[in-house]
Amino acid sequence: MTAGLLRLSRRAFGRAVAGLTVAFTLAPGLVFGQAKKLPGSLLNNRRLDGWLRVEPDGAVTVFTGKVELGQGILTALSQIAADELDLPFERVRMVSGSTAETPDEGHTAGSQSIEYSGTAIRYAAAEARRLLLERAAERLGQPIDSLVVEDGVVLTADRSRHLGYGELAGGDLLQREASAMVPPKPAVRRRIAGQPIPRLDLPAKFTGGAIYVQDLRLTGMLHGRVVHPPAYHADLLSLDESAVRRLPGVIAVVRDGRFLGVVAEREEQAIAARAALQKAARWSHQASLPRSDRLHQELMGMPADTSQVNSKGDPTKSTGGRRLEASYTRPCLAHASIGPSCAVARFGQDRLTVWSHTQGVFPLRRDLARVLGMAEGAITVIHGQGSGCYGHNGADDVALDAALLSRAVDGRPVRVQWMRDDEFAWEPFGSAMVVRVAAELGADGGIVNWSHDIWSNTHSNRPGSNAGTNLLSGWHLSQPVPAGPPKDIPQPNGGGDRNSIPLYEFPNQLVRYHLVKEMPLRVSALRALGAYANIFAIESFMDELAAAAGIDPLAFRLRHLKDERARAVLQAAVDRAGAAPPAAGDGLPGRGLAFAQYKNHAAYVAVVADVAVNPKDGALRVKRTVVAVDAGEVINPDGLRNQIEGGVIQSTSWSLKEQVRFDREGVTSRDWVSYPILTFAEMPEVEVVVLDRPDQAPLGAGEAAQGPTVAAIANAFARATGRRLRDLPFSPDRVRKVMA
Amino acid sequence: MSQTFRLSVNGAVRTVTADGDTPLLYVLRNDLGLNGPRFGCGLGQCGACSVLIGNVPVRSCSTPLSAVQDAAVVTLEGLGSIDKPHPLQTAFIAEQAAQCGYCSNGMIMTAKSLLDENPHPKPEQVRQALSGNLCRCGTHTRIVRAVLRAADHLQSAKVTP
Ligand code: FES
Ligand code: FES
Repeated sequence: MTAGLLRLSRRAFGRAVAGLTVAFTLAPGLVFGQAKKLPGSLLNNRRLDGWLRVEPDGAVTVFTGKVELGQGILTALSQIAADELDLPFERVRMVSGSTAETPDEGHTAGSQSIEYSGTAIRYAAAEARRLLLERAAERLGQPIDSLVVEDGVVLTADRSRHLGYGELAGGDLLQREASAMVPPKPAVRRRIAGQPIPRLDLPAKFTGGAIYVQDLRLTGMLHGRVVHPPAYHADLLSLDESAVRRLPGVIAVVRDGRFLGVVAEREEQAIAARAALQKAARWSHQASLPRSDRLHQELMGMPADTSQVNSKGDPTKSTGGRRLEASYTRPCLAHASIGPSCAVARFGQDRLTVWSHTQGVFPLRRDLARVLGMAEGAITVIHGQGSGCYGHNGADDVALDAALLSRAVDGRPVRVQWMRDDEFAWEPFGSAMVVRVAAELGADGGIVNWSHDIWSNTHSNRPGSNAGTNLLSGWHLSQPVPAGPPKDIPQPNGGGDRNSIPLYEFPNQLVRYHLVKEMPLRVSALRALGAYANIFAIESFMDELAAAAGIDPLAFRLRHLKDERARAVLQAAVDRAGAAPPAAGDGLPGRGLAFAQYKNHAAYVAVVADVAVNPKDGALRVKRTVVAVDAGEVINPDGLRNQIEGGVIQSTSWSLKEQVRFDREGVTSRDWVSYPILTFAEMPEVEVVVLDRPDQAPLGAGEAAQGPTVAAIANAFARATGRRLRDLPFSPDRVRKVMA
Repeated sequence: MSQTFRLSVNGAVRTVTADGDTPLLYVLRNDLGLNGPRFGCGLGQCGACSVLIGNVPVRSCSTPLSAVQDAAVVTLEGLGSIDKPHPLQTAFIAEQAAQCGYCSNGMIMTAKSLLDENPHPKPEQVRQALSGNLCRCGTHTRIVRAVLRAADHLQSAKVTP
């Protein structure tokens, strides 16, 4: 286990701390469109030596632009590399997320890391192995097909002579563009990928190892804190910072426009200075936000860019059957990471180095350069782990804060830790949404037409976009860099419209997305983006239609579903769940079913939920969930289960409890009391059935459980009570209201 | 006002100079270089900063240094190490009971106190004991399994010396 630990990206950490930079070679000036289409992230990072380095001792270092967010990606990518290279798992080392060393793979997001980075590493490793074999054949004077590879050693057939990878790899062997012409191993020959290998990073996390950005301690490091405005739209009227400057340990008080920060010798001194600075600042602010109980109406009333996401047949076709319509809403949701965001920055000789738990070191660097007026090449961003983020939280913002504060103290290293209320009040939330679904039911119980309309803000305001910045403090400087115009992610992944196209085969359908450009609250990517609300709407409405048609919900779904893999997960979940439990005296019992293929092209997930509803106090309890998942080839089955289990529990938390609270001026959810999440006492049991398909491409699954879980809970509630919950969260108040 | 304090942490006596109001968390992390206790909220609401003082789980973010004085503080590092993990740490590894792991310190320290008080907890008792500790990744089911596994292990270790 010790060896495993040392193999993590802390290498990258340590190396950069020591001030070493390693030149990174990318293919220069390859013109997109002229170049050959290469699989996964090889497409834009084409050099073999950009992905792999064979060390003199025969170990292999793998470079990935994807980063560990607690999802176990580095372990899974190591498994892929070890398998293709015929190397023991322990001899693969990962370097991840460093602008100085790794490929640019954009953001680690959207359940895409195995698909993109995993595919690139698999092809690169297969080709590297082949090149090593060719060189061995030459040196040993043997035909290549007669050689065998065992644990990174190439042997002649009679095993009399051998050469290790370390001996073979010298010089320019991997200094070339990948061809992707060497086919990776077929599924049956994989021995490491597909195994539940324990995570590389967990032993350190369970024993107090230095593994998070929060644990980085540079020589001479100071502690910084920021003072955010009291509201989104606030002007600094006056500030008397003299008293703050006199506090013990205070090195600097920084004011630049509306950006305020302090730097102190000790952390508690920085916190005390922050509190004093908060008191010393006088702000004017406006009541600029909508009334929170009118958020959804206002969203639907604001100007929107309407686009047709999908249309099939004649969406107005009618056979004079029964027409149903329903609207579903979700509030703004917070990422609510357990550890607030943190970053360390240091300037030295006009070079800025930033350690960050960002989801994308390269996009962050682009925005840092823009705000700080520096060349990108003068900035190094190195990923270190943080608390789980589940999308775009304050990670990138605090990286800019650290850079601004380090710059203010002559480049000395500064660690900035956002406080709990910084994170809650200023992180970009997952947007509130309204989804209106309508359909006509034919006389035979089939769906004649279907329409789906979405009102939402964008689900992607990440750093790295073409214009402006999405780093918070950039907006507050005296020479502000504002945000660029909001855009959302286009299909086939989709943003607010993710998973809005039903996988069901309806003859006539229309899906429209009304992208609202005005953003009362700060929003960006939260795990599953629009899929959570779209699946909630589609799968609730399918149950409403099934009930109206008098057909069993499973049969009704299967009737409209051709995709065999979709049918299989539905059936598997229902089979594993067994008979619905009888009433247990703890409330009205109900069971619900829901399904989706994430993004319509990633993992298939079906969820059965058993709930109990207490009609008196409105408590809705999710007791047990059974999840069937088909994620194609599974690299690490336990990692997949962990993601699915976590997704179900997190989605249960969103669905039962969560809603960002705000008043006319700003966010009032500022701690765990004003933004409660699911506790141990409330967690459901989760059983996961994995349908392994080793011959199929791996499908992203990290976000795939969020949507089916909420819909299964809503459907179970409807079964238990005969009433529908269409507005999230399903709080006791809401439950009592729909049951009244 | 800075003062010098003597602390017993993980069995060793340490001296630190700081303001007596300083939350123990920052002393442990910054003066003593420990990583186990983590900053989550600073408000006593999440449990990420938990340490044991006299086998009681205490939120070090809300415990002033001056209140600790001679009491024996145990942190995650004091339970075991990568090479010699405590049975709870071993069980967390066996169950892969984390995603990001940011909450793990609080879970393990609180579970340690539980198992010392109640070596055979039922699953509900584990959930009850951990109900003040938050996990955002949703690894609750694994954490409960890990604590029960550690209890089993500690028990069988007692039976077969
Ligand atoms: S950090 Fe101490 S309880 Fe949250
Ligand atoms: S494992 Fe991430 S918060 Fe618990």
